[in-house]
Amino acid sequence: MYQEVILDHYKHPHGRGLRDGDAEVHHVNPTCGDEITLRVRLDGSRIDDISYEGQGCSISQASASVLNELLVGKEYPEAQKIQETFLELMQSKGKVEPDDAMEEVLEDAVAFAGVSKYPARVKCALLSWMAWKDATAQALSEKETA
Amino acid sequence: MTQLQLPGLLDTETIRKDFPLLDRVIHDGKKLVYLDNAATSQKPQQVLDVLNSYYEQHNANVHRGVHTLAEEATALYEGARDKVAAFINAPSRDEVIFTKNASESLNLVANMLGFADEPYRVDRETEVVITEMEHHSNIVPWQLLSQRTGAKLKWFGLTDDGRLDLSNIEQVITEKTKIVSFVLVSNILGTVNPVEAIVRRAQDVGALVLIDASQAAPHAALDVQALGADFVAFTGHKMCGPTGIGVLWGRQELLEDLPPFLGGGEMIETVSMHSSTYAPAPHKFEAGTPPIAQAVGLGAAVDYLSAIGMDRIAAHEHAITEYALKRLQEVPDLSIIGPTTAEGRGAAISFTLGDIHPHDVGQVLDEQGIAVRVGHHCARPVCLRYGIPATTRASFYLYSTPGEVDVLIDGLEHVRNFFG
Repeated sequence: MYQEVILDHYKHPHGRGLRDGDAEVHHVNPTCGDEITLRVRLDGSRIDDISYEGQGCSISQASASVLNELLVGKEYPEAQKIQETFLELMQSKGKVEPDDAMEEVLEDAVAFAGVSKYPARVKCALLSWMAWKDATAQALSEKETA
Repeated sequence: MTQLQLPGLLDTETIRKDFPLLDRVIHDGKKLVYLDNAATSQKPQQVLDVLNSYYEQHNANVHRGVHTLAEEATALYEGARDKVAAFINAPSRDEVIFTKNASESLNLVANMLGFADEPYRVDRETEVVITEMEHHSNIVPWQLLSQRTGAKLKWFGLTDDGRLDLSNIEQVITEKTKIVSFVLVSNILGTVNPVEAIVRRAQDVGALVLIDASQAAPHAALDVQALGADFVAFTGHKMCGPTGIGVLWGRQELLEDLPPFLGGGEMIETVSMHSSTYAPAPHKFEAGTPPIAQAVGLGAAVDYLSAIGMDRIAAHEHAITEYALKRLQEVPDLSIIGPTTAEGRGAAISFTLGDIHPHDVGQVLDEQGIAVRVGHHCARPVCLRYGIPATTRASFYLYSTPGEVDVLIDGLEHVRNFFG
């Protein structure tokens, strides 16, 4: 479960810290007390920045780092596809063996495949991704109203 | 496993033979080291056998029907009430109410008071007192009661060393206080609380006292008369019994005066379409088919524990806790959250290990066969109080050994290296 890639992201997180954003959300994982505050900044439909602060286990923190690395700079539809693929992998209960196509989409995030076997930890891995989805939806709807 | 001898230890080699689950091997050959006893205890064969024989030989609904099985089931269920009454030194068996767990017992008292008439009634003119050390099950029912009735909820804070801060007891418990509800032994800090001081002050102002003994009843002799409280709640599954059975003990005159909460079969005297009258306690508070097999199982658990002796179990756990506290404090970067000596504390020890998140500690320990609990232990206010997101908790019982403490210490060393 603790792949080298995961430990690397945990020890050296990408993009940590809160910066300006169009929307901010705070998500918690009540079973273990993992918390994340996450901001999204959009440039049109491009993900300009994902910044975050949080506390929690190595899985939740590494996952936020991977999220930042993977989605910043992507167009929203592509980012959404990556998020959906990650969600599918995490909900697979260890039954999905990532193939080349999935690896191409998820890059470092495929390292979390092993986590999907541990129901208690899936929420840790998904915390930042759900926060991102929520924040992005808010940022988009605010842009629409504006 | 090396067997260190400490004064007061039970013969765990013999005791462990009673607990089939303790022989389990997990993760490709790792021997299970079960240190999550504050969450739930394992069950001895004696309890499992009684559960089986109940279902195989005596199963029927209780208190109705005149057939043989119904009479046997009733005798077994009511016999369990006798056993529990004796176990907690209750003056009367009719003061022992079976519930499904300690949470239900605590909720039951909160609801009795919410619907009561004077002088017990909790309303907007009155106050309810709890502590910052409570399990969520002794916080949320009182928040609900306060929100519904307008009563003011107050609480005792904690000292830096993990004990109740009673320095302002006269401001916290006042003439307006209707009930003081507090935990006897903390499930997260391990602290044993000073009952006498709280009960005395509550009695001075005419407030009722409810004690949550969930972490006490399994580990030492529990004497409800000596405690001096009005209600005592605990659960069966932490004391070698099955899940689904809890106990609320209450003083007889209170149980007579206070209104029922759940209505249904079994709790009535007569029913018409306009109104009903109620059975005397304890049945007044046991609506519907009760957890019969579970109560019978709890009776067997009480027999099992009593045969060993609660004082001997307490001495064993004290020795293990003392040893564990000493060894844990030798681990670099480890901080104990709660009292650091075995005096006035139970056998649950919470700690943090540097910056390593407890979930990671628990996961890597699990890979080595060691079961601990991680998280906020349903006592989030305690974590907030000490500025930590969560803790790792090791908790011991009558079958725990010094050798298991040693395995834990080695396991923590491995965790440090892994995340170091």
